[in-house]
Amino acid sequence: MSAQGLTGPGLRVDRLPRRRRVNRAMELLAWLAAAIAIAILAIVVYSVARRGASELNLNLLTKDPIPFSFGNQPQGLANAFVGTLVIVGIAILMALPVGILVAIYLNEFAPAAIRNGVSMVLDVLNGVPAIVIGIFVYGLIVVGHGQSAIAGSFALACLMLPLVARATMEVLALVPNALREAGLGLGIPRWRTTLSIVVPQTVGGIVTGTVLAVARVAGETAPLLFTTSFVGTQTHWDPHHALQSVPVAIFELSESADPQDHARAWAAALVLLIFILIASLGARWVATRSRAKMAAR
Amino acid sequence: MTSLDLTDAARRPFTGRRVRFGDVSLQVVAGAAAAAVTILVGLIVWKVIEGARLSISHYGLAFVTRIAWNPVLGHEIYGAGSFLFGTAITSLFALVLAAPLAMGVALFLSELSPGWLRAPVTALVETLAAVPSVVIGLWGILVLGPALRGHIESWLHSAFGFIPFFGDPSPAGASIFTAIIVLTIMILPIVSSISRELFLGVPHDLKEGALALGTTRWEMVKGVVFPYSRGGIAAALILGLGRALGEAIAVTQVIGGGVFIHWSIFDGGDTLASKIAASYQGSSTNLQTASLVYLALILLVFSLVANISAQLIVRRVARRHGITRGGHA
Repeated sequence: MSAQGLTGPGLRVDRLPRRRRVNRAMELLAWLAAAIAIAILAIVVYSVARRGASELNLNLLTKDPIPFSFGNQPQGLANAFVGTLVIVGIAILMALPVGILVAIYLNEFAPAAIRNGVSMVLDVLNGVPAIVIGIFVYGLIVVGHGQSAIAGSFALACLMLPLVARATMEVLALVPNALREAGLGLGIPRWRTTLSIVVPQTVGGIVTGTVLAVARVAGETAPLLFTTSFVGTQTHWDPHHALQSVPVAIFELSESADPQDHARAWAAALVLLIFILIASLGARWVATRSRAKMAAR
Repeated sequence: MTSLDLTDAARRPFTGRRVRFGDVSLQVVAGAAAAAVTILVGLIVWKVIEGARLSISHYGLAFVTRIAWNPVLGHEIYGAGSFLFGTAITSLFALVLAAPLAMGVALFLSELSPGWLRAPVTALVETLAAVPSVVIGLWGILVLGPALRGHIESWLHSAFGFIPFFGDPSPAGASIFTAIIVLTIMILPIVSSISRELFLGVPHDLKEGALALGTTRWEMVKGVVFPYSRGGIAAALILGLGRALGEAIAVTQVIGGGVFIHWSIFDGGDTLASKIAASYQGSSTNLQTASLVYLALILLVFSLVANISAQLIVRRVARRHGITRGGHA
């Protein structure tokens, strides 16, 4: 199968100069593709940084927005930052324990058939579009109880769950079997072996996976539109009410026609982007370092 | 003596039952979590169907192809036709643009990159995937859209205007074309990071065998790397497509909106996902709400089909490669 491309007149030696030129051209295109990918990232980050930096000040984080303001009154987005903090925090509390338990069950207890089946379910859940999750939570919670930060957290938790479970499964699979056997061989029951010998080995990996998942959902707008978007302009901490969030605020400000609103959208986007870049690059860096350390052992 | 005591202790029936009790309870709690995930997916499907029921019973399957979205009371009529068209045209064009780019990035990272460049470039490409869609959308509507309208669209129109896709440039910079570029940017990192892993998984003996036959590096890639990872690439592309289908926010911000089918990609439009997101501020009637949920149902079906088929491909490929690898050894 794989040898088909290697036969025929294509490999003739007298065509070598031409073949080398083709090779050169293709290598150049691959370099170019990588350069384009990085250039896109650089352009996006630069655009956000240049436009956001001028508007970035403490008022943005500490002052509430003033509706229909005239003149240069300070307008912040404190309500959005507080809201995101609350919504994402509750989402972590919902997704983390369930995700870890799912991973423990699949990796330590489940028969192969169930493991395959549930991993596939996790992948399917991971592939459900965020906007559909939003509609789902709208039908499940919002229709009866109205919008609330908790509904938004539940929607984000649905997105986090497969990410946390996958990450935990990956690190659990790295724990050497000798550790489990040593625990069982000492007469320690299986549940204690799992909880106090196997799982502690994976804490680093679970933290990394959770940080990556948080970085992913903190910027999600679609699940929040239908669950926690009808909000006032004041800062609240109570998750039983709908709370503003940073992504929804950026979305609404970007649809506005007022350039002042655009300026605040850029500034909020810059804060969000800085948080997400630090979180995801940091988590990745820690993960590679600890993996290298593990390999060296 | 002590060891005898231990054995005695271990044989005490009470302890034995306690040990089993702990095992069983952890297994039950963890198993319940796994069951909950499965139920959650079922619940998502059920709730979306239930929410759409009014529209389903009202319109049936004709909804899927009808081109209409009129919420005016007394003249209410809804259909998904134009949104299906918008979804198809944006995601397919985005896939066509992203696929070769992603292959190039993946080949660079797996075959060409000097060692010191590999880790940082890999990290940067994955970082592109981490940029939130609302930020990409903000950039798309305020920076990319005007730039495209000012330079690219007029140029494409004058050079390729005879192809119906390239009509008159958009008046506002919000167009299907901008949405295509934004989606390309969003699926590029996904397709390239999956492909990179596939290419790295091609056995070294195959690659070295080809090079030893005197192939150039590109001929080796064409003859060994691509055929070996063909199934995986298909799965990666399907996953990218699934992502493009479901992206709501960034598309809503840049696509402009509108209920009609036209061939020019420089006009506005809507996709299934963007129509839902754009209507978040509420609907006037129950039928309109149900019709929006119906759109979500169509989207859900697409994404389930895309995901499950991609996974089946991956599984089949893994099994086949497992066998060939065994054959080699």
